[in-house]
Amino acid sequence: MNPRLFDQPGVYLALAAFLLAAGIYGLVRRRTLIGMLISGELIFSAAALNFMTLNRFVAPNPAIGQIFVLFLMGLAAAEVAIALSIIIAVYRNYRSIQPKELSELKG
Amino acid sequence: MIPGSDSIVAVLFGLMVALTAGGALLAVLSTRIIRSVSGLAVCCFGLAGLYCFLNSPFLALMEILIYIGAVCVTIVFGVMLSEPDEPAPSEKRGREWWWGGIALLVSVAVFWGVTRLSLHGPWPAPVAPETDGSVRAIGIALLTTYSLPFELISLVLLVAILGALVIARGGRRSE
Repeated sequence: MNPRLFDQPGVYLALAAFLLAAGIYGLVRRRTLIGMLISGELIFSAAALNFMTLNRFVAPNPAIGQIFVLFLMGLAAAEVAIALSIIIAVYRNYRSIQPKELSELKG
Repeated sequence: MIPGSDSIVAVLFGLMVALTAGGALLAVLSTRIIRSVSGLAVCCFGLAGLYCFLNSPFLALMEILIYIGAVCVTIVFGVMLSEPDEPAPSEKRGREWWWGGIALLVSVAVFWGVTRLSLHGPWPAPVAPETDGSVRAIGIALLTTYSLPFELISLVLLVAILGALVIARGGRRSE
């Protein structure tokens, strides 16, 4: 086994691609809004891991990527707060949080 | 230097990679939504370990604080306030398998393509870092070069909190 595997970008980039693929699969397959929200968080994490990897191995200034990932975490937290309040409002009105039920605006 | 520290570090790295991948799989594949939230928490813990390996213990702490401490706990509250378990499949079994196959195909294609691109991509050669990327460097950059985005993200968070309050209170009736 290569002992310096964690000093090369390969494993991190492949893991970020795996997180992205898992997030896309969950976003397509999940049939509740909270499950879709969790898959969206996985996609956010994939983006953050990619930023951190390239920041560590390629970027000239390693502080910038960390600041960007910090902003990304703030945006993800804001997104979760808004999405959960929408989910709770939807549950109060429809008694269900399946996306299939939310078809009132269908043309 | 502890004897055998190289292998300890390698085992830790493998453990963190396995936690991240396994947590993501648990988050996506389990039917009970509370297990899915736990999978997200495990995945974020593994990511925090990977951030430590990427020379950024500050972001590792932030990952645990924000994702596990705030995001997962908020989702658990959302789970308690609604009824989120996966419904029994109402469609025919054939269509169900068909859509599952399409989703699996798309995600495998995305994984393969992105991995191939990122492993064979012509990345520029590593350059000598200008700063050490420590918390001190992050703080100086946040208060000088990136002060405007810093203020903007605080505004975004404030608007998100107010919007969440307004939306979640809106339809409440006294029954």
